[in-house]
Amino acid sequence: MSNKINHSLSIAKPDATDISTKQKLALTTGIIGLFILVLALFNTNFPNKGLFLTLALGLISIGTIIYSRDAYLTKLEGIKNDGVWFKSISSRGVWGWIVGIILTTFYIVLYFFPKYLGLGSNGAENTGLISLFDPLSNLLSRRAASQWFVYGTLYTVAILAFGYKFILKYRHNRYQQLRTISVMFFQLGFAFLIPEFMYVMNNDLPYYDLKSMWPLNYYIFDEWSVKGFLSNGNIGLGLILFGIITIFVISPILTYKFGKRWYCSWVCGCGGLAETAGDSFRQLSSKKMSAWKLERWLIHTVLVFSVIMTTAMIYTYLGYDKNNFWLTRGLFTALVIGFLTLVFAGVLFFKKQELGKDAKYGAIGFFVVIAALLIMHFTGTIDNVFYIKSNSLRSAYGLYIGSIFSGVIGTGFYPILGSRSWCRFGCPMAAILGFQQRLFSKFRITTNGGQCISCGNCSNSCEMGIDVRAYAQKGENIVRSSCVGCGICSAVCPRGVLKLENDNMEGRINPTEILLGNDVDLMDLVNKK
Amino acid sequence: MQEHIVIIGNGISGVTAARHIRKLSDKKITIVSAETDYFFSRTALMYIYMGHMKFEHTQPYENWFWKKNRIDLKKGYVNTIDVQNKTLHFSAGDSLSFDKLIIATGSKPNKFGWPGQDLEGVMGMYHKQDLENLEKYAPNKQACKRAVIVGGGLIGIELAEMLNSRNIPVTFLVREDSFWNGVLPDGESSMINRHIKNHHIDLRLGNNLKEIVSDENGKVKSIIIEETGEEIPCDVVGLTAGVSPNIDFIKNSGIETGRGVKVNRFLETNIPDIYAIGDCAEQHEAIGQRRSIEAVWYTGRMMGETLAQTICGNRIEYKPGHWFNSAKFLDIEYQTYGWVHGKKSKPENEVHFHWKHEDDTKCITIAYHKDTNEFLGINTFGIRMRHDIFDTWLNEKRDIDYVTNNLSMANFDPEFYSHYEADILSAYNKQLQIV
Ligand SMILES: Cc1cc2nc3c(=O)[nH]c(=O)nc-3n(C[C@H](O)[C@H](O)[C@H](O)COP(=O)(O)OP(=O)(O)OC[C@H]3O[C@@H](n4cnc5c(N)ncnc54)[C@H](O)[C@@H]3O)c2cc1C
Ligand code: SF4
Ligand code: SF4
Repeated sequence: MSNKINHSLSIAKPDATDISTKQKLALTTGIIGLFILVLALFNTNFPNKGLFLTLALGLISIGTIIYSRDAYLTKLEGIKNDGVWFKSISSRGVWGWIVGIILTTFYIVLYFFPKYLGLGSNGAENTGLISLFDPLSNLLSRRAASQWFVYGTLYTVAILAFGYKFILKYRHNRYQQLRTISVMFFQLGFAFLIPEFMYVMNNDLPYYDLKSMWPLNYYIFDEWSVKGFLSNGNIGLGLILFGIITIFVISPILTYKFGKRWYCSWVCGCGGLAETAGDSFRQLSSKKMSAWKLERWLIHTVLVFSVIMTTAMIYTYLGYDKNNFWLTRGLFTALVIGFLTLVFAGVLFFKKQELGKDAKYGAIGFFVVIAALLIMHFTGTIDNVFYIKSNSLRSAYGLYIGSIFSGVIGTGFYPILGSRSWCRFGCPMAAILGFQQRLFSKFRITTNGGQCISCGNCSNSCEMGIDVRAYAQKGENIVRSSCVGCGICSAVCPRGVLKLENDNMEGRINPTEILLGNDVDLMDLVNKK
Repeated sequence: MQEHIVIIGNGISGVTAARHIRKLSDKKITIVSAETDYFFSRTALMYIYMGHMKFEHTQPYENWFWKKNRIDLKKGYVNTIDVQNKTLHFSAGDSLSFDKLIIATGSKPNKFGWPGQDLEGVMGMYHKQDLENLEKYAPNKQACKRAVIVGGGLIGIELAEMLNSRNIPVTFLVREDSFWNGVLPDGESSMINRHIKNHHIDLRLGNNLKEIVSDENGKVKSIIIEETGEEIPCDVVGLTAGVSPNIDFIKNSGIETGRGVKVNRFLETNIPDIYAIGDCAEQHEAIGQRRSIEAVWYTGRMMGETLAQTICGNRIEYKPGHWFNSAKFLDIEYQTYGWVHGKKSKPENEVHFHWKHEDDTKCITIAYHKDTNEFLGINTFGIRMRHDIFDTWLNEKRDIDYVTNNLSMANFDPEFYSHYEADILSAYNKQLQIV
């Protein structure tokens, strides 16, 4: 081997984790693909848009595929985390920041200035990047592309290409492979293709991603959406009923049996992107106690807010008179309050102990919702707050939570805050599922007796910022509302300490003082006091 | 005033003792260490060099934890212990008095008087400083063209994996004729030999170090092998031929020492109010089949849990339950419950059932009593098993038939993994027919 070259100028860890020639070629391929998109963004008018779009997406995918194959298939099966804290991109280095800023800028333009992406307004033709996607959109649903179509396509390509990478990275772990195939399937089918085909069948139906439930899909009960569904006869009615059933029936059953992972790690698109494209950033989430405190306040505030908002939204388009429709404003308010009270009372009755200190916060949230609804109902202010389209709370929610939080910060900040900061701090769906997971679910991560060596690999790779080690080293099972059941903590544990399982509710939460392996009498004495 | 408990050593033993004493009492607690400001997990040292984690991630408690729990931390090296005046004297010249003292000073790497063992570029792999040394001499494959590791134990193979992660070529000298076969039965040991070679590590079995050769600057240049006289050029030598208690500074204090600090079953030394736990403690008489010095994480923790009781007024013996341990050999995880002995140390009435998967990365060995068929222990490679199930089976003195027939109860692999219990059982039944 020649040692003439290879004089590294890097002052960090020089060449500790060189990439191979093949990987460099793969990177080049991918970057050429990206470059075509950039050219389009700057209004290069490609002659044959279909060809260039195919080329761009194809090169990006092929680049990722070749890179992953060379990175993982040339080595034996096992954990592949060498150098993640050395690489600039995955350790908040210069590259991390650059990518973070590019992504964030992209999101800001996407949400607020789509015209810069080339969206034709008032019936004008698309230009720029969006026009490059016209051929694909025409092919799928016989209409011109929108900024959302561009975004959806890139999103899907990212999940598919990086999903492939993830599957190779964990090729010794069938749990990881299956759930990745699952999110790839749901993204491609449910989030991307089916809505396009539904549009072809019936172009008045609102966009509906069947797997996206309220409150993640916060606009499903909006007036335009509900009207859109209801004015479409049986399909529309069926869809909205399906929406209601998923939240109130299917989801609680599945969460009871499997924990919230059935959704967050197997179905959800936000989670899907975080697990695939965001995988390199999972270790960046903060494990500090202070971050946990912030998380609990933020996520529950978002939940409270989205409950109030949705209720109020429905309220605004219901009438006072029951001759028009059996569901009147008064009845609806009463039903919501009744339902919430039932849930709250049930929890207090059955789970007071497990809730402990959190009961107080739960109560605060509960009363805030009830009070807000009652005040608005009796003062008649709901219409004022919610109906005026501009300046209303509703669009504020859409703006701050829907776009800024989930997109700009949630995804744009992957390289800074870690891959699931939206899921962790902002997703109201995660809050609901998590609440159930903590209290009524068979799911837990079992800790294997006294085997933990406190190494910290598990905590380090928990994208939800759970300090898994804090439980494992006490021999305590992990039953946390925020756990999305990705299973990576279990995969990386070098001592086989963690297992995700669905088992009896009995003994699921098992705080211990003295761990298995020590004097039996002592364990009995101290643990069962 | 509250009784002052001083603990030398902020490793797992000392810290566990401190945490439990705090849970049980209001005593004043001070932990002394010369190595780091805060407790970190020694077992995770390798992952820092490999870039899986940063040093701060190996600290199991956040920095505010200690103050909140009123555990004082003092950084300093203890030179001498004055047992008459109950005072510690530090190398910086200051001192600290105690009412009760816990010695938890851990281990240090063995050096067997090899010529050149103190050259630059020669290091053990135990303390944080060793890691810093390695980072200095082996930052990459340009600065370190080859590294030689001497001693085929658990730390040696971790060091090999570390260097491998930075593509530094490794020669691995192992005295035994098969990796770790003082502990592992032959089938397992030879599977690990093959696994090491599959990682392109130059494994030299049955090879001893003769000397380490210096260059003109006092830095290692090469090593010479005893058996063949071969000289292997290298930039780094890792000495990982076991560890021994880190107690040199105690030798003249009046506290009885052997290889370690001598303690009775209550972890008390010969001097009242002075105790020793963890790697540095040596039992007068070994407990059961255990060694008199147990240098593993779990035993350090268990001694800490036990001693905290004694110090807080509930004087109890250190009575560890069934032996267990685990490790990872490159990509293969290893767990053991109960006793399974290697060829050399195997008691005459212990026999083994061995099963190996055809992919050569998974195997198990079940040890049982030749006459009674009682289940004695299990080694498992590449298959995770449940600690509590084996603990129960050992308590219940199950026999090998029961264990092989119910093995699926003990499986702890992630969901959707392939299961091998049926395969194992049929291999077991076949073996019965042959015998
Ligand atoms: C690389 C590596 C990997 C390992 N992996 C495993 C594993 O996978 N499983 C397992 O069971 N075990 C493992 N071990 C062994 C395990 O780490 C030790 O058994 C355990 O850390 C011992 O803990 P301890 O508290 O007794 O001592 P230590 O952790 O050694 O702590 C003693 C502390 O006391 C300090 N000290 C010593 N003398 C003085 C003095 N005079 N003044 C001030 N301070 C002093 C030392 O600097 C040190 O910080 C591993 C060890 C190493 C080195
Ligand atoms: S605790 Fe484990 S399974 Fe749960 S989110 Fe964290 S890494 Fe994933
Ligand atoms: S559970 Fe596993 S990964 Fe986590 S600290 Fe313990 S040994 Fe390490």
